[in-house]
Amino acid sequence: MKRRTVLKLTASALLAAGIFAGPAFAEGDVLKFGASAPKTGPLAGGSAVTHWPAIKLWVHDVNAAGGIKVGDKMMKVEVIEYDDRTSGEEAVKNIQRLINVDKVDFLIAPYGTGLNLATAPLIAKHGYPHIAVTAVTDKADEFVSRWPNSFWTLGTSTAFASSVADVLKTLRDKGVIGNKVAVVNVADAFGIELANAGKPALKEAGFEIVYDTSYPLGTQDLAPVISEAKKAAPDAFVGFSYPPDTFALTDQAKLADLKVGAFYVGVATAFPAYIGKFGGAAEGVLGAGGMNPDTPVMQAYLKRHKEVTGMDPDYWANPVTYASLEILKQAIERAGTIDRAKVIEQLKNGSFDTVVGTMTFDGNINRKFWTVGQWQNGVFQGVSSTGVGGEKEPVAKKGWN
Amino acid sequence: MSAFSGREIRVFLAAAALALAAALPLADQGYYLSLAVNVAMYAVLCTAWALFSGPTHYISLATAAFFGLGAYTVGLGIDTVPFAALIAIAGLVSAIVAALVGLATLRLSGVYFVIFTLGLAELTRQVVTWLQTNFTTGVGLYVFTDLAERHIYWMLLALGAAVYLSGWLIARSRLGFAMRIIGNDETVAAHVGIDTAVSKVLLFMISGAFIGMVGAILAPRFAYIEPPAAFNPMISFQVVIMALLGGSQRLWGPLVGVIPFTILFDFVSGQFPNHTNLMIGAAFMLVVYFIPNGIVGVMERLRLRLGLRKTPSASGQEKAA
Repeated sequence: MKRRTVLKLTASALLAAGIFAGPAFAEGDVLKFGASAPKTGPLAGGSAVTHWPAIKLWVHDVNAAGGIKVGDKMMKVEVIEYDDRTSGEEAVKNIQRLINVDKVDFLIAPYGTGLNLATAPLIAKHGYPHIAVTAVTDKADEFVSRWPNSFWTLGTSTAFASSVADVLKTLRDKGVIGNKVAVVNVADAFGIELANAGKPALKEAGFEIVYDTSYPLGTQDLAPVISEAKKAAPDAFVGFSYPPDTFALTDQAKLADLKVGAFYVGVATAFPAYIGKFGGAAEGVLGAGGMNPDTPVMQAYLKRHKEVTGMDPDYWANPVTYASLEILKQAIERAGTIDRAKVIEQLKNGSFDTVVGTMTFDGNINRKFWTVGQWQNGVFQGVSSTGVGGEKEPVAKKGWN
Repeated sequence: MSAFSGREIRVFLAAAALALAAALPLADQGYYLSLAVNVAMYAVLCTAWALFSGPTHYISLATAAFFGLGAYTVGLGIDTVPFAALIAIAGLVSAIVAALVGLATLRLSGVYFVIFTLGLAELTRQVVTWLQTNFTTGVGLYVFTDLAERHIYWMLLALGAAVYLSGWLIARSRLGFAMRIIGNDETVAAHVGIDTAVSKVLLFMISGAFIGMVGAILAPRFAYIEPPAAFNPMISFQVVIMALLGGSQRLWGPLVGVIPFTILFDFVSGQFPNHTNLMIGAAFMLVVYFIPNGIVGVMERLRLRLGLRKTPSASGQEKAA
């Protein structure tokens, strides 16, 4: 009997504490962030490496440090997550729900070009800051004039493609490769945009394109592409590819022992799964993205990422996703309020310290970003950028063992 | 006398439901409107799908193909052609493609047709990509309009009304009668002098045209049209699942499947964002196990049990068997 009374008392005390203290405490001192991105569907694989772990780590880091300082009080961070199933209509509905039902204070941008664009008009209508990361596009200037609340961080397709030509030029000047290049691309948005910008850039740099083809998205067997490319005896191979074919092209090149001094493949080369699969054969492979993994800040980031999320980040968009959240936090702190218009004002006119270095928006667009990286001694080093600083020298691809 | 007034009541109820649905944006312009757009989209898609697949019992997985064609029509023409005209063109393009496909495949039966229509969505996607790769500079298309979500919603409602009216007229026409015979026994239909191929192709065209128009109406909501999103195969599968959940033997059958399914899906994805597929899979298995004939089947059984049975639906019984 007695014990039961004690239990009851304790329980009701706890309950009372929960009812009276808990919510009242939480209400004023928690900042709610909304996140809608793929957890299922075609883009789920990419967002599971690039998007979600960066968010998880940021929330962990911010709360461990006491929260975000708004005016004179510290506010903890809470994220409400929804799955958009990689579909535009779901993404729109999720953003609606986050804004109107959950009444979040801020939004974390969706994942992928299509989903960012599908939700942009809605986010703009409600005046939330929209810092897009995983949307590489040449139209960022047009988007900014349409949605002045939007910010674009990861770069333009033209810069990505012309940097490939720059890197090959550097290697040619070093005498590593000759003039003959094979160019292939996946017939999908990103691949086509890059190929259309990349081929003229290569020609302008004096390269001869000895093999040029495209293959449909989802092609399983890329052996013919590689064997045709091999017949043309190129000095360098450039593949503007997407994740599944990035792996398949590398696989076939390794099998066919494609002898080139430079081997470039597109999205996902920077993923930990790439070196996981190819190990030593990945050495010297060039790919889209990159970063400077040698700065102390980045070293600490890589270590913390592994500890908190249990996995390695990719060497490209994951740290930029984290950086976009750091930027949002700093803008809120500088504004000293959660008034979203004032936070946007801060974003437009500030420069921010992040894991990927200092980032500044010029006309709402980050103009300094990484474009090409290379696997060197098991690390994906940035070898070309639009002025970030800290680029390593590109080296020759020496065989596939 | 009583049958006539019964019909009057039903027409009145349908009009009242439509008016009520159309008034929704006045109450909420936010999340519930977005949810309603999704419900309206799948309601029109499923009903249009059931126009063809209901009476013929041919499961078509070509929904994504027509939907994508509609979206692309708008994406290609939005800068030069008025939007209303684009919706009409989208319907026309889809109908033409449906005719070509129908002429080639509707002689096939059952599983062959299913496989072919699944391939059709992929084929259309590849052809569109190939055309764009070789004749234009990019693959993504931007659709920027001043249309707000409520406009899209009202257009979908209007299209939905058109689909219902067409379905109602078809059921009372020679074509509808022919389809019921074909659905029950194609050999018999051919023997009594029905040109089965022409009938099926016609109906496939009507169904495809409506689906294409849905794709066109939704294009401004996507803002960015690219092949994987426009020709998303999930659309084809979801339409089949929802329509079968409702029951495809009645014109209003898919609707009673779409509404609970979309709301359930939304509830699950809101509550369990990391386990959506698992929960939906479990829900779907329960549905198939406990209500194999769809919600319409349950309702008809209830009506029988309550002794309110009026005219037995021949095709409905056929499906249950």
